[in-house]
Amino acid sequence: MPDLAHTKKKTSVVIRSIGGSRAFRRRLMEMGLVPGTPVQIIDVAPLGDPLEIEVRNSRLSIRRNEAAQIEVAPAP
Amino acid sequence: MSPPPPTAALRTPLVAIAGNPNTGKTTLFNALTGARAKVGNYPGVTVERRSGTVTTKRGPIELVDIPGSYSIIARTGEEQIAFSALAGLGGPRPDAVVVCVDATHAARGAYLALQVQELGLRVVIALTLIDEAGAAAPDAKALGAELGCEVVPMVARHGVGIAELIAAIERALAAGPATAIQRWEPSPALSAALAPVRAALPDTWPGGDAIALWALQSLDTDDELRDIPESVRRVVAASALHGHAIDDEVIAARWRWLDAHVAPLVKRPPDRSRTLRVDRILLHRFAGFAIFVGIMVVVFMALFSWTAPAIDAIDDGFTWLRTTVHDALPDGFLGDFISDGVIAGVGSVLVFLPQILLLFLFIGLLEDCGYMARVAFLMDRVMKAMNLHGKAFVPMLSGYACAVPAILATRTMERQRDRLLTMLVVPLMTCSARLPIYTLIIGALFAGSGWTQSLLMVGMYGFSVATALAAAFILSRTIKPLKAKRLPFVIELPPYRLPSVRDVIRQMWDRTSMFLREAGTVILGCTIALWALLYFPRELPTGSPDYDAMIARAPTPELKQELGNEKAGALLRNSYGGRLGRAIEPAIAPLGFDWKIGVGIVGAFAAREVFISTMGVVYSVGADADEDNPRLRSAMTEEKRADGTPVYTPLVGLTLMIFFALACQCMSTLAVVKRETGGYKWPLFLFAYMTTLAWIVSFAVYQGGRLLGFS
Repeated sequence: MPDLAHTKKKTSVVIRSIGGSRAFRRRLMEMGLVPGTPVQIIDVAPLGDPLEIEVRNSRLSIRRNEAAQIEVAPAP
Repeated sequence: MSPPPPTAALRTPLVAIAGNPNTGKTTLFNALTGARAKVGNYPGVTVERRSGTVTTKRGPIELVDIPGSYSIIARTGEEQIAFSALAGLGGPRPDAVVVCVDATHAARGAYLALQVQELGLRVVIALTLIDEAGAAAPDAKALGAELGCEVVPMVARHGVGIAELIAAIERALAAGPATAIQRWEPSPALSAALAPVRAALPDTWPGGDAIALWALQSLDTDDELRDIPESVRRVVAASALHGHAIDDEVIAARWRWLDAHVAPLVKRPPDRSRTLRVDRILLHRFAGFAIFVGIMVVVFMALFSWTAPAIDAIDDGFTWLRTTVHDALPDGFLGDFISDGVIAGVGSVLVFLPQILLLFLFIGLLEDCGYMARVAFLMDRVMKAMNLHGKAFVPMLSGYACAVPAILATRTMERQRDRLLTMLVVPLMTCSARLPIYTLIIGALFAGSGWTQSLLMVGMYGFSVATALAAAFILSRTIKPLKAKRLPFVIELPPYRLPSVRDVIRQMWDRTSMFLREAGTVILGCTIALWALLYFPRELPTGSPDYDAMIARAPTPELKQELGNEKAGALLRNSYGGRLGRAIEPAIAPLGFDWKIGVGIVGAFAAREVFISTMGVVYSVGADADEDNPRLRSAMTEEKRADGTPVYTPLVGLTLMIFFALACQCMSTLAVVKRETGGYKWPLFLFAYMTTLAWIVSFAVYQGGRLLGFS
């Protein structure tokens, strides 16, 4: 199953599920990253980490190892 | 039984202001309360508590600002504060809640509003930043109809909508208590899980499903919540329903409702083209870093050099005041106490003001315009390696000027753990108070080669960066409250906005006055105590020459001055502080230090640079000696041990610099850490670990140097 850390930049995908610790997945879900939400990587920080992602019209900074906990599927 | 609550008519209505971070909540609060807001702290944690009143035709309303959050679910102490203030735990329950919803992120803001409504609180929505949202803002009436509350469109920084919001708050208060609204149906499994928790809630808590759900979602084996009854924890821990399942069900259910009812009101995405254009430059691989370095150089230079004239003016002003007062008062204790104790003490507090004001000005501007989040984004990779937060970069950098404003600047980080770790390593950075000591030692003991001198100075800077980063790495792996928990590092990169000068200045002033009130008084008290330690018993040791008679007979003013310096030296060496220096000699002798250096170390606890004036008095050169004073330098190089060898060899000089690089020789730092952590535990830990580290490394350098054949 592909995860968000391994998707290409500027490629829209859809969240399938979020793994990781309870605090982590709850924080993301409460910010609107629930299954079915479209998300895409906008950019990578100059040093290679973290990632800048766009979801629900807002820009978030998220570390690569955290993005790897987000399972995604190609946008329909 | 608790007494019945006073009726609404008898007490001032309380309105809480909640909202996501970066929604203009502070601007709104400032616009509502004007200049009458008070800034304090929630007990036990460093979360600023802003409260104020707004006067309406029906009388005053008390407003309290709730820390910015995306949810009421809590895991850390800071998040618990937001929940407790809303739910009325350990304090009054608000009569109404203003939820700030950023018009460009209406659904996400409304998520918090749903939770507040589930708690049974009456909600008014302040739909902020409608100017920025433009056509992307949802229609206020339609949003209000969906959420079942009033929605007031606003541009808080221009005062647009303030009167309408106050009117809406008054209507909400007049409507009286609300009933809980929940937009989703719990599954049978969740209902079954809620019932025992609801039953276990203590009588002193507001009851109901919303609170039970909060407990089920918040309580965990590794949360940092306080004052949760064991009975509640037990029931939650025994719950048959898995935590992930509860979160999945509840959060998805709320978002389903929001996606069906709120998201369709947003007809088009907000225009982010300006932010995109700016980010293309500011986050660029090369240009972004170059600009980042440039901004940080400006911040650093400002703290380090631009404040120098103001600091010197404060220093000079207080020196003048001190001498004037001293001359005006009769000789003796009272004159010395007022001038050298109290006036000098006040000066030692106020001297921090230029750097604190300027640093908070920069931080306020960087945060308000949205760049601070980018600093964290750019630097996270580096800081993460040391388990530090990306936002720790600015406090660490400020530490090169002074640890006191740098520790105050840790407030930009939301989590206690991040703040604490940064506070504990910032004092290792080479602050400007260490420079005079390095200059004195390098100038006196490494004379000759300019290259060696510069290299040593650069080396001391490099050494401090290395130790601070190593300390962060080790502390975060060994000390439990500092361990990097699996807390998410998810931060919003908000759109760039023009900073509001009024908000920035307001915050600058709030934080500075809090420093003066709370840390300043401690620093003043410590300065006076240390002065007394080096002043009393004010007796010359037996067998001393009669300095006063000699001074009276001295033919020239220079000789009188000379004898006066000798007397001051004899008094200091015989003071309690002087005796303390002698008493610690066995402890510092293995580092190559004699007792006179011990007195200097005791005196330098007031502030590191005081080492120099203390040594000036110890060597009878006068308290006004500075690091470039040739007489102090030669007094040091000529100082001999009992066996005739010099005390200050280059090896001792290097060891002394290392000692000052590592030791926590600064009571102001400790006072500020006490203030920011709300107790004595962390300042004591800071002092203990830095002093131990300083001793061990100095010991290794000195003894190792001797083994290698250096003297």
